[in-house]
Amino acid sequence: MKYESQRVAMPYFIFALALFAGQILFGLILGLQYVVGDFLFPEIPFNVARMVHTNLLIVWLLFGFMGATYYLVPEEAQTELHSPLLAWILFWVFAVAGTLTILGYLFVDYATLADVTMNKLLPTMGREFLEQPTITKIGIALVVVGFLYNIMMTALKGRKTVVNIVLITGLIGLAVLWMFSFYNPGNLTQDKYFWWFVVHLWVEGVWELIMGAILAYVLIKLTGVDREVIEKWLYVIIAMALITGIIGTGHHFFWIGPPEYWLWLGSVFSALEPLPFFMMVIFAFNMINRRRRNHPNKAAMLWAMGTAVMAFLGAGVWGFLHTLAPVNYYTHGSQITAAHGHMAFYGAYVMIVLTIISYAVPIMRGRPYGNSNTAQIVEMWGFWLMTISMVFITLFLTGAGVLQVWLQRLPESGEALSFMATQDNIALFYWMRLVAGCFFMAGLVVYFGSFFIKGQASPAEEVRGPATQEA
Amino acid sequence: MAERFTKSMARNIYLGGSAFFVLLFLALTFDTQIRAMPERDNRDQLTDQVVRGKHVWENNNCVGCHSLMGEGAYFAPELANVFDRRGAGNSEVFKAYMNAWMNAMPTNVPGRRQMPQFNLTDQEIEDLAAFLEWTSKIDDNDWPPNIEG
Repeated sequence: MKYESQRVAMPYFIFALALFAGQILFGLILGLQYVVGDFLFPEIPFNVARMVHTNLLIVWLLFGFMGATYYLVPEEAQTELHSPLLAWILFWVFAVAGTLTILGYLFVDYATLADVTMNKLLPTMGREFLEQPTITKIGIALVVVGFLYNIMMTALKGRKTVVNIVLITGLIGLAVLWMFSFYNPGNLTQDKYFWWFVVHLWVEGVWELIMGAILAYVLIKLTGVDREVIEKWLYVIIAMALITGIIGTGHHFFWIGPPEYWLWLGSVFSALEPLPFFMMVIFAFNMINRRRRNHPNKAAMLWAMGTAVMAFLGAGVWGFLHTLAPVNYYTHGSQITAAHGHMAFYGAYVMIVLTIISYAVPIMRGRPYGNSNTAQIVEMWGFWLMTISMVFITLFLTGAGVLQVWLQRLPESGEALSFMATQDNIALFYWMRLVAGCFFMAGLVVYFGSFFIKGQASPAEEVRGPATQEA
Repeated sequence: MAERFTKSMARNIYLGGSAFFVLLFLALTFDTQIRAMPERDNRDQLTDQVVRGKHVWENNNCVGCHSLMGEGAYFAPELANVFDRRGAGNSEVFKAYMNAWMNAMPTNVPGRRQMPQFNLTDQEIEDLAAFLEWTSKIDDNDWPPNIEG
């Protein structure tokens, strides 16, 4: 760590991980409710638990992105952060607002929450992933604007690297697209169309810029490969992401009203969306093969490889499985969608945040070459337990989805099973998913455990090339 | 990558490519929203009651369990075609069905998925029914494949 102000990333990472634990806990509750329908009813109905599960994910990833940004932008720009105080203030504002919102979901009836937060004045609530009260949405917008101000003031006064430019472009895109969360017309088809401007253009658009920039930064640090080479790759990857992903939004427009040309545009362009993720795999492995040093933090290296591979599998392969319109006609809104959603979010965004945490947190804790060998081994156990569990969660949900399509979607009206009858028939897959979910939680506990193991790696563990404290 | 392919070439592909596709996306959005949608979403029947019904839908977070046109949660049945499935395409039948259904919740059958009691007024239930009826008539390229949603 070169600049003292990078340390402000620490509370963001810690809070992100705490919310991550909450997200998984509620995931287990949801998994159980899928098979024991009245579990925790009426105290925590399914819709409340789901809202907590997905909103915690979004908020902790935002904390993770912010932490990553506070950590890497000053180092890339070779200057102290513009205002560490502002970063701390925004941390507390966001943490308190986020916590209050989650508590509101849990302890206040949703209709009452809408009422007391005056949703009537500017109705934005009650839409998937955008369930936050309008006042929380405004709060998020203000926090992000303050954050961007702080980051841009930092970046502008220092060295302008491609990593910083791409990261900040992604973050500005995130902020601009968030504005669409305030647009909720009375016409459902318009509401849905522009809802995707937030949801799709975040995760299949600007977030890929953020992910690419963080991955590029970590690879520069871990492999010592020339920045010029890595930056060229980064440009090609994000070019592919936006060239395919923007029109690729059309794969969400198949069955919600927009005209038929979207069937073609959405199918063709979203079929190409695995490309940037495939290139990320090639990129990561290529850079690691061409490494000019062996960084003693092997756990961070594992996360960096893992996020590239799992993002490709989850977002790329599992996305492609059901993205062509003739296939999607039968799979849209089935458990196949859920399978894809789980592995894509884990592979791309959860793992990239855990990658930068794995790299940066030891440095901030005064262990410039990484954690001790024991701690790294435990962390890697956490990596494999969580990742393999997520693979099984995805496989079981895919199995459930294929059967659901077979029983409920493919037969003609009159012969097809009803939704609930189908759910009873595929319960075995939900049970298996729940077991895999428990293993994920175990992996998370092991991962957390690795933070409490003392000691640090030494530069002597570097086999090839010079170990420098700087990287 | 070959050395002839330089960083500035990569950057130009990124800038040019994304600018082009952003503009194309905006043009397509304009065409979809201005030209195509009025003929597909029967907005002439988009009454105040339908909009009120949409707010009932939102204020009770219905999308947290159900899907609507395939979007939402997958814990409870699809509702964009519930007007046809449970109301046989008849407004009066559907309203009566909705009233009976909403007031019967939760079933409290042990082990079964439970729908909460939302304590909606008769007017709110009627608004919600109007919203779901309007939704069922959007031209959505014939989705879902059958009546079960």
